[in-house]
Amino acid sequence: MRIKETIYKWIFTIFAFASLLFLVGIVVVLFKEGLPIFKHVKLVAFLFGKSWYPTYEPAEYGILPLIMGSVWVTVGAVLVSVPLGVGSALYLDELASYKQKAILKPIIEILASIPSIVFGFFGMVIVAPLIQRIFKLPVGLCALTASIILGVMAIPTICSLAEDALSYVPRSFREASFALGANRWQTLTKVVVPAAGSGVSTSIILGVSRIVGETMTVLMVSGGAAMIPVSFFQPVRPMTATIAAEMGEAAMGSAHYHALFAIGLILFLVTLVFNIIAELISRRFRIKLGLNR
Amino acid sequence: MHNGTRIKISNVSFYYGNLKVLSNISMDIYKNQVTAIIGPSGCGKSTFIRLLNRMNDLITKSKLEGSIYLDNKDIYKAKEDVVAIRRLVGMVFQKPNPFPKSIYENVAYGLEVNNIKDKAFIEHRVIESLRKAALWNEVKDRLHDSALKLSGGQQQRLCIARCLAVDPEVILFDEPCASLDPVSTKKIEELILELKSDYTIVIVTHNMQQAARVSDFTAFLYLGELVEFGHTEKIFTVPKNKKTEEYLTGKFG
Ligand SMILES: Nc1ncnc2c1ncn2[C@@H]1O[C@H](COP(=O)(O)OP(=O)(O)O)[C@@H](O)[C@H]1O
Ligand SMILES: [Mg+2]
Repeated sequence: MRIKETIYKWIFTIFAFASLLFLVGIVVVLFKEGLPIFKHVKLVAFLFGKSWYPTYEPAEYGILPLIMGSVWVTVGAVLVSVPLGVGSALYLDELASYKQKAILKPIIEILASIPSIVFGFFGMVIVAPLIQRIFKLPVGLCALTASIILGVMAIPTICSLAEDALSYVPRSFREASFALGANRWQTLTKVVVPAAGSGVSTSIILGVSRIVGETMTVLMVSGGAAMIPVSFFQPVRPMTATIAAEMGEAAMGSAHYHALFAIGLILFLVTLVFNIIAELISRRFRIKLGLNR
Repeated sequence: MHNGTRIKISNVSFYYGNLKVLSNISMDIYKNQVTAIIGPSGCGKSTFIRLLNRMNDLITKSKLEGSIYLDNKDIYKAKEDVVAIRRLVGMVFQKPNPFPKSIYENVAYGLEVNNIKDKAFIEHRVIESLRKAALWNEVKDRLHDSALKLSGGQQQRLCIARCLAVDPEVILFDEPCASLDPVSTKKIEELILELKSDYTIVIVTHNMQQAARVSDFTAFLYLGELVEFGHTEKIFTVPKNKKTEEYLTGKFG
């Protein structure tokens, strides 16, 4: 019995450390394969160069168009997902009856389990033609289409985390507010949301980090043009889509190959920062509501 | 002995779903008197007191029978405004529950939600309420600190100040000292006795000495029924009902 327990303990310890090992491995590879690009191009020219022509002669490795592609799509997706995600969390937590909640919550969670390629497909076949027709564009695959699809994809993350944050707000706060003659709306806006505020911001940051890292969908619906966009109606080529589209054709060990790894490294750092911020905020949130004792 | 009825409870029964937790209670709550509700835990004290400011409205699937009159108006008649009732009948809860806001904002909250915009008036009322709640001297230099930094007893007095700020006429206390140390408890009891001259007070307590110290009238609830109601001295010295006597002498509860 005791031997069995010791064996189990070790097996699970190894499992737990395996993911740490993978993480370290990934980071090492990203740095090892990404950094050599700076033998070909300076950091500033890489980050702020306006042309991405990795297969031209001479090649140009300026990723500003890709960064801006990601920024536009992300901002657009945030504009879609935050109101819808937070709004549905508020609805679920404050207004929905037990029955409505029992139906709606699983539906929103199913949304999270749809593979991203399905979203991409939906975007190409349904949303893009619609956007093209409505705005009379030459092509429907553009920043707007990508924003809408990515925004919808981030709703479940934001909604379910924000709903958790709202439900952590102790009932006693609401009761105190009602007892002072506040109505539902006042209680929600003046007590519940401020108390859940940092939890809700955590949900938004994690949702955004999902949007920034999303690949398949963006590749399919963003249009793929490596230009600095000036409107939502232009096709864009976000960073993730660039890696996915070009990795197959970049010769191993070439400058192009290293450039793609360097883009991956930047993406990794950005999402890492988002996640650290989210963790810090949510820790403060738990302390504020006294959940960490 | 008293100066008129403030709240009249008439044949009140209350259900959570199918569970009947109060049965056929009738009693009066008198003006400028302290009425204590005592009884073993689970007998329905909180349920009862929360009926007086319609806090149980928030619980779905609950049902009230009978009527409760505040100054001869049935507070459960549809046309009566819940907000107005809750302003008139304030409540202090078992566990201190200040908002995670500053001391000042906590007290000002009730005024703001009642659409009072005049900053000078709000400030005046905040100070006055903190004074009445015997908290002013302890917090006057840190009104903008978080209320959560206060001790439990101070937080409870802050909750009292917050309640006083909306200028209620009746105050309900649901075991206000249950989570406090003896020194803080004493302060709250003194405060209740002071507030009596301006307010009608109902206090739930499972501490019989507390009921004896602060109240003028006592109601003994047992298993959802009002076993005995009357002057506190009478109840404590010559209880009419055998159950009351057993409870007061610690035979159960
Ligand atoms: N929200 C609720 N839903 C269902 N039952 C409840 C609810 N609140 C209290 N009860 C039940 O009602 C009875 C009386 O509770 P309560 O009024 O809190 O008693 P007390 O305050 O005297 O301890 C208990 O049996 C309790 O379990
Ligand atoms: Mg109780």
